[in-house]
Parts: sequence; C-alpha cells; structure tokens
Amino acid sequence: MTTSTPPTPTASAKNPEQINPPGGTERRPIGQVLRSQLQQSLAFATLVVLIIFFSISSSSFFTVSNISGILLSTAVIGILAVGTTFVIITGGIDLSIGTGMTLCAVMTGVFITDMGLPLVVGVIGGIATGALMGLINGLNITFLGLPPFIATLAMMLIAQGLALVISGVAPIYFAEQAFKDIALGTLIPGLPNAVLILFACAIVAYVVLSKTILGRYTFAIGSNEEATRLSGVNTRKWTILIYTVAGIFTGIAGVVIAARLGSAQPQLGTGYELQAIAAVIIGGTSLLGGRGSILGTLIGALIMSVLINGLRILSIQTEWQNVVVGIVILVAVFTDSLRRRREA
Amino acid sequence: MSAIVSRDPVGVFGPDSHLSNEAGSIVTTHLLDVDGISKSFPGVQALKDVQFRLDRGEVLALVGENGAGKSSLMKILSGIYTKDEGTIRFEGNEVEIDGPRAAQALGISIIHQEMNLMPHLTVAQNIYIGREPRSLGGFVLRERALNKKAAELLKRLRIDLDPRQEVGELTVAKQQMVEIAKALSVDSKVLIMDEPTSSLTASESETLFRLIEGLKADGTGIIYISHRMEELGRIADRVTVIRDGRYVGTLEKGSFDVPTIIEMMVGRHIDENARPAVIDTHGNDVVLKVENLSTRNVVNDVSFELRRGEILGFAGLMGAGRTEVARAIIGADPKSSGTITINGKVVSISKPTDAVRHGIGYLSEDRKALGLLLGQTVSENILLPSLPNFTNPLGFVQPAKGKNVAKRYVDQLKIKTPSVQQVTKLLSGGNQQKVVIAKWLERDCDILIFDEPTRGIDVGAKDEIYALLNDLAARGKSIIVISSELPEVLRLSHRIAVMATGRITGFLDNEKATQNSVMELATRGHE
Repeated sequence: MTTSTPPTPTASAKNPEQINPPGGTERRPIGQVLRSQLQQSLAFATLVVLIIFFSISSSSFFTVSNISGILLSTAVIGILAVGTTFVIITGGIDLSIGTGMTLCAVMTGVFITDMGLPLVVGVIGGIATGALMGLINGLNITFLGLPPFIATLAMMLIAQGLALVISGVAPIYFAEQAFKDIALGTLIPGLPNAVLILFACAIVAYVVLSKTILGRYTFAIGSNEEATRLSGVNTRKWTILIYTVAGIFTGIAGVVIAARLGSAQPQLGTGYELQAIAAVIIGGTSLLGGRGSILGTLIGALIMSVLINGLRILSIQTEWQNVVVGIVILVAVFTDSLRRRREA
Repeated sequence: MSAIVSRDPVGVFGPDSHLSNEAGSIVTTHLLDVDGISKSFPGVQALKDVQFRLDRGEVLALVGENGAGKSSLMKILSGIYTKDEGTIRFEGNEVEIDGPRAAQALGISIIHQEMNLMPHLTVAQNIYIGREPRSLGGFVLRERALNKKAAELLKRLRIDLDPRQEVGELTVAKQQMVEIAKALSVDSKVLIMDEPTSSLTASESETLFRLIEGLKADGTGIIYISHRMEELGRIADRVTVIRDGRYVGTLEKGSFDVPTIIEMMVGRHIDENARPAVIDTHGNDVVLKVENLSTRNVVNDVSFELRRGEILGFAGLMGAGRTEVARAIIGADPKSSGTITINGKVVSISKPTDAVRHGIGYLSEDRKALGLLLGQTVSENILLPSLPNFTNPLGFVQPAKGKNVAKRYVDQLKIKTPSVQQVTKLLSGGNQQKVVIAKWLERDCDILIFDEPTRGIDVGAKDEIYALLNDLAARGKSIIVISSELPEVLRLSHRIAVMATGRITGFLDNEKATQNSVMELATRGHE
C-alpha cells in the first residue's frame, strides 16, 4: 500500500437519511400528498377553468340540455377509458378497445336482431364478447410473452375485420325501443341512462381498484412486476384477469353505443381507443404504470368532451378540435413527466 | 490457515464429507443442509458442487468475490433458479424448491440485493403483498387490518416507519428496512440477507444487527452475504467461503480473521509474472485530471490523474462506484461537483458527445446493448462515430473510402472476421470488443475508458485483449480499465485506484499491489 491515500473527510453527512433526525416519526406533509395527486388536481382545475371559460363565452354552454349532451357524449369514451385505466396502471396498453367495442355492438345486433334472442341474453352476449377478447389479449401477453402493444394491436385489427365480416359491412338495426332505452331512456329525468351506466361503471371500477385484491395487484404489477411475482403473487393470472376486466368494459361500451345509435355500425370504432387512452392520460394515470385513478380518468374524459362541445359552440371548425385535443395531451403528458423527473 | 475447519477444495471427501467431518458419528438434523449444488447457464458454470449447512439460531456468513456464485446459490434456495444437481435438506428432509412460493412455504425468506419493492404501494401494502387480510370470499381488502398488522410488526422489529407511507418516497435505507420487515413478516425459519447493509449507515447497520440477534434468539437461521469484512466478526457465527462457483471452506466463530477470509476468497493461483512491463509513466504528461468529482448518489469526491501511455486500473467491489465515475466523466450521468482537465485545459463535459469531442472513448461493460449495433456490419460499426469523415459534400456516405479504413483496423487489431461486411452479431465476444476498440481509435480518442473489457470473453481471447491494451498504451494512448476481476486489474494496470462506497480508498503502484492489498482497500467500509 503505497502512494497517496486521500484523506477521508467526515463527509458521512452525505448520506441522505441523516438529514432526517433518526427516530423522528414521518408524517406525510400535505405538499407531498398534493404532489402525488398533482396530475389529477391539475386535470380537475383544467376542467373547472374550461367550464367557466365556455360558460362566459357562450350563453348556450351552461344549460341543462347542453350539459346533458356533454355527459351523453362522454359516456362511451368514458366507459372505455375506465376499463383501460386498469390496463394502463399495470404498465400495459390496450389498443383493441375501439374496434373491440364495435365487434361487441355487432355481436349484440347479431344476437338480438338476427337471432331474435331476448334483450338480456343479447346484452350479456355482447359483453361476453368483450370479455373473451380481453381474455385472449391477456393470454397472448402472459403465455406467448407478446408486448401488450403488439398483442392488442393484432386484436384491434382482428376485431375490426370480424365486425365487418359478421355484419356483411352493413349496419344492424335494433327494432325494440327497450334496447335503445338502455342508452337514451331517462330513469332520472333529463339524464340519459348512458350517463348513469358510465357513473355505475366508474363507481364499480373505483371500488374494485381501491378496495379489492384485483386493484391492489393492478398497482403492484404496474409498480414492479418482477417484485410482485417474487413475492409469490401469480402475476400471470392477475394480468389475464385485468385484461378481461378491460374487455368487459369494452363490451358494455359496445352495448351502450349500439343502443345510443339504434344500430351496430361496423365501420365505427377506430380512433375511440386513442381518445380513451388520451382521457386516461389526461386524468393522471401514468403510462409507465403504478399510478392512476378512476376519478382522474373520468375528469380526463370530461375534459375532452367539454373541449369538443365548447369549441363547437364557439363555432370553431371541427378540423381544429383534434389539434386542440392533441395539445391538451401534450401538456398533460409533459406535466406528468415533469413530476416524474422530480421523483427520480 | 489453522482456522479452517473443513476444507475440501477438490471434493475428495465426496458429497457426505461434512457428516464425517463435523458431527463425528452422530448425524444431526441441521436446519438446512445443502450439498453438491451445481448450476450452469449457457456458457457459464455458475456453481459447481457447492455445500454448506445452517443451524437454528445462527448466522452463517457467505462470502466470496464478485461472481463467485453467492447470489446464484441464494436464488436457488429462494426458488428463483432451479438447481441442475445436488440436494437440499430442510430440517432433515430432502426438498425441491421449484418456485418462490415453495420457498415461502418452507419458511425460507430472502432479502434481495437489488430492491424488490413496489415503489407506488405503501409500506404496509409492500410488506403483506400476496398475503393481505381479506374479507368477502378473499376479494375485498381489509386495509385497516393491514395497516394495523404492519404497524404491530414494525413496532416489534423496532423499525420506525409509517405503514401508510408510499415506499417510493422513502430513502434507500428505509426501503431496505421495509424489505427486511417484509421478509420477517412470514414466519421465517431461514432468512437470507444479500448485502443488507450495503446502503445503510453505521448506526442503521447496528439497528439491523440487534434485530438479527433477536431473530437468532428466536431460533431463526440466517444466511448473511456481505462484502464488508469488518461486519463478519460482529455478527457471524461461521463463515463459508466460495470462489469461482466452488466451495472453499468454512471457518468457525472465534477462528476467523479478515486476512484469512480474504486469502480464501481470492486464493486462486495467479501468475505473478503476468504483470505489465514496469513502465514508469510518472514522468509523462498528465492527459486527464479529475478533481473532486461527485455525483448526487454514488461518487464521492474522487480525484485522480491519468498520464500519457498509462493504464490506470479501477478496482473495487460491486457497487463501489467505479462505473459511475466513468459515466460522470463522460457526461452520461450528471455531476454534482468536480472539474475535469484534459491536456492542461479545463473542459466542460455535460453529455457523451462532449466527451467524444474531447477524445474520450467509453467502452461500456454492456457491449451488446450499448457498444455495438449488432445487426450491422463490422465496417458500419467501426465508422459510425466518424461517419462525417466518409461522406461526400452532399452528405452521402462513400462506402469505398470507409471500407479501406475498416480493413486496416481488421488487420491491425487482428479482428477475426471473413470480411468487413460481416454482421457483428456473428463475431465472437473478443472480436466484437475489438470492433468497439477500432471504432474509438478511428474517432481519434486518446483516452479510452474500458468498463469490464473482458466480460463474456473466453480465456484465450482475454490474452489478446490484454496484449492489445498494452500495445495501445505503448503507442501513447491513455487507458482506464474498470474491472471486477482482480487478476485482470493486476495484470493490466500500471497503477491501481481502489474504490469503496463511492470514494477512492487508495492508489497502488503495480509492483507493490497484491490481491490482498487491493482487497483490503476495497473492503474498507466507511466509519
């Protein structure tokens, strides 16, 4: 041992844990809580600002009929977004929800109109179609080891193709008013049933995500899948289940859109998945997984509807609406990445 | 060497040697009895005929150099890997551990070296993941019961944490405490700790040791992996040494001391002649001068000089911060302080492009991911950083011009490839490394930083890389070699900087350096 051994100064204060006095109980400062909910709080503030802005700009914005219309137009995207929130929290993605929804609508039409099955059976069949697609997505991701992007991209194309083939590229109409009432009836006067279904879906999803084992493992897998697996959790099983749950919501969205339009439109659906994913992201769910909330997703979906509705009322060309939504997504993801950089 | 009780390096006693060795004629049932374990991965024999035993209420320290196979062995016990050969007896019965759940069911818990927590979940949620208190058919979580249970556990373990705090917000040391609480939350009969103190301060380590003593008193058997030699005397009852995936020996309490353990750890025969020719580079110009370099997390006040034609080795244990020093120098990671002087001029390097501009080439330890475009040809790889030199005024690449340059390197560095058009994926590890070297030579880099230059390269090819590095130094290049293999550092370096816990603990001139003196500096913990 020769030459210079640099003197070791008492730089042990470098250790971050010594900054906190040892033995002190850690309370979560309110700032920390706010920061962890930053994205969601920001989204909510944005929604309020938008509503105030459009209300001032146009007298026809904040009316019962317009608000009801906004909610109705949020219903389908909202239900899809609620389902895909689960998948995104695991760090995955589901691109098959848009065309999958169309296939579910078509299958509902096949069951009810073509085969003449009772309404209830047709609705359950439509939802089951979604569940089956989700199940296949989950199996492909876990057992074939496909990246979620690829597995669900393939499912997106398959669902689109099947919807066209099964329907013969023609809309399937529903004759019964009772079916249309699923979306357009008003159990609560002035509020379309589709909105109630959205809220019911959101409440169920909220409970599942925050109070059940499925929700806990959704977050755990998204936070650190390997650690979850090593803790003895069967992550494959839960991943499959999570994609199946997303599929069930896709099925519900399929029934609702069919009821709302009074027909299953086989060429509809493309682009819905991206709008739903956008809603989830605007609502503060991290694409990297581990973080997210149903409330945030709901707010995200509402922001998109309010924005589109408001721009239309202000007579801004429809062509510009996508530009604005795109910018909102950029801002949302940027604030999210800012927060993450601070965490890192 | 009298301290060694059972030493069976060549396996003459056979698989049951420990029975006759230790317990005399009585075959006692040990808590855990591991024998003849072998495990190989493609191209690597990670473990070969390894044995140890563990009794109730004792701490067995498992030590060995980086890559000796400790972690692989523990992964077999915790069900992450499956063994190729050998037997594991648990409380006298032979068991097969075929998954993490099987290990859990036996009562074998492991605290992994790398963090295995879910940062977005709370402390309580992490501790009881997979075993949450539930109601309504096991589907609904009982969050309040969960937090209460965790609070009680933490209190019993005297760990001061809020069960409801998100783990990602905790310091690394506190996260480590969560890991420990998690492992102890099941009724563990065997607790494996893989370098549990590597991120703890002295006082936190002491808390951990008291916790371990409590567990011992309860009859838990603890396997303790550590690189900190000074800890072993404090807590270990016995020390088992493995080296190169093989069992070396076991030392009993009171009879082990640090020099003996280190000697057993590094004891492979090394060719003392395989040292670089003694070149006195002390008189040469200082090419690179690093002063007071620190990064936010790891590197702590590192200063050194590198001279023309010198090979400076960086030795140290895993996590000592050697790679981090290199990454900070080339601007891949942000520096929190420090100045870098190249050829007498202070330079500002904030991103890798700056480093290349100043003639520093970094050859990553992960050659395949970070050093090469595996799907591209030899020639494309060599020319990549200097592509602007091979284009015509319109920006089109001129293949013929580049091809000749690539060919020159293939000859000069003796790269074994059928042609410069060969896809690099198809070359051997050693030849791939040469392609990376050629790439930086063509870019006119005078300072080359090699991070684990021979990782994944077989023994024969290693010599060629060594010869190449010596040749480069002789031609005036200045070289930093970061290596976890001590013989490699000794063989290559004119001078050795030894690091531990983010700082340089000493410099050794080659002719005076031995494996033991390097190891002694590398295991010097902080006060």
